[in-house]
Amino acid sequence: MTDQNTDSTPSAVPPRKPAWGRLAAWFGLFLLLGIVAIGLVSTQQGPVGIGRQVPDFTLETFDGQSVALAEQRGKVVVVNFWASWCKPCEQEAADLEAAWRYYAPRGDVVFVGIAWTDTESASLEYIDRFDITYPNGPDLGTKISQDFHTTGVPETYIIDQTGKLAYKKFAPFTSLSEIRAAIDPLLEP
Amino acid sequence: MYKRVWIALLIGLALGLGTSQIAWAQAPTPAGPTDDQVNAVAKQLYCPVCENTPLDVCPTQACAQWRDLIRQKLIAGWSEGQIKDYFVEQYGERVLGTPPPRGLNWLFYFVPPLALITGAYILYRTYRSMRLKPSAQTAAPAAPPDEYVKRLEEELRKKN
Repeated sequence: MTDQNTDSTPSAVPPRKPAWGRLAAWFGLFLLLGIVAIGLVSTQQGPVGIGRQVPDFTLETFDGQSVALAEQRGKVVVVNFWASWCKPCEQEAADLEAAWRYYAPRGDVVFVGIAWTDTESASLEYIDRFDITYPNGPDLGTKISQDFHTTGVPETYIIDQTGKLAYKKFAPFTSLSEIRAAIDPLLEP
Repeated sequence: MYKRVWIALLIGLALGLGTSQIAWAQAPTPAGPTDDQVNAVAKQLYCPVCENTPLDVCPTQACAQWRDLIRQKLIAGWSEGQIKDYFVEQYGERVLGTPPPRGLNWLFYFVPPLALITGAYILYRTYRSMRLKPSAQTAAPAAPPDEYVKRLEEELRKKN
């Protein structure tokens, strides 16, 4: 009886066609979610970590020079992000310049100042006010700060001779000796 | 005699002041852009430091510098588009109120309307199926009474 019933069920039910529209909608949704996720991961990524390779950059300085990080291998590079409107930056400006003048004769320490979201005239006035002599330039398009995942200014990154991050500080240096204490361990006696 | 001297001095002073006033009035005024003109550009740009704050209402020193920069560019004869391009070059695309339509930015323009259309379509389909179901039920012929129920009712009737 039961067998008969099952036999009598219509076997002519057409096979279900794949719902292309639905598949495309799901694919599109997952693609969109993937793009959003990649964007979120990249924006939420923290600053460069100690011991990690620092992203390469080339800074066009205010006086028309070009400073490429990749060309500084073998030297200790001090990268300082600052802005003329940033009051804490003013606290460390003189000490950074003093440190630069202290290490400059050695030739194995490079200082680079990056003006973050600043106007050129205000930056130049700031450089003049603190008599800063090491290379400084604008972070055009905020590209360098985005690569470093900076969180504000002042921020200082000290990169060792192999291009890896050795030290970082997200506050102003308070003295020349503090800057020296960060750089000296990286230098050969 | 003194009185005449005083009067002459006063008249001279008055004339001097009067002519100087005229001179001030005739002196060419610097034809700089007004605050409204500066703000018309500034409100299309966002502070790159403080998030989601248009430049025209941003109270920080940095924003004041950028408004001043807009003023300088307007004085130099730059157009609104040129100023916006300059800001993008200096501070990145995030200073723009609306992302420029290129690359992945197209998603911002296509996804919201597409999501709206898809949502409306899903709503329409759901509403249609909800309307069709009750009518289908009423249109369906009454199901024949179950044999078992029929017999049960008969038995009960007999018992009573």
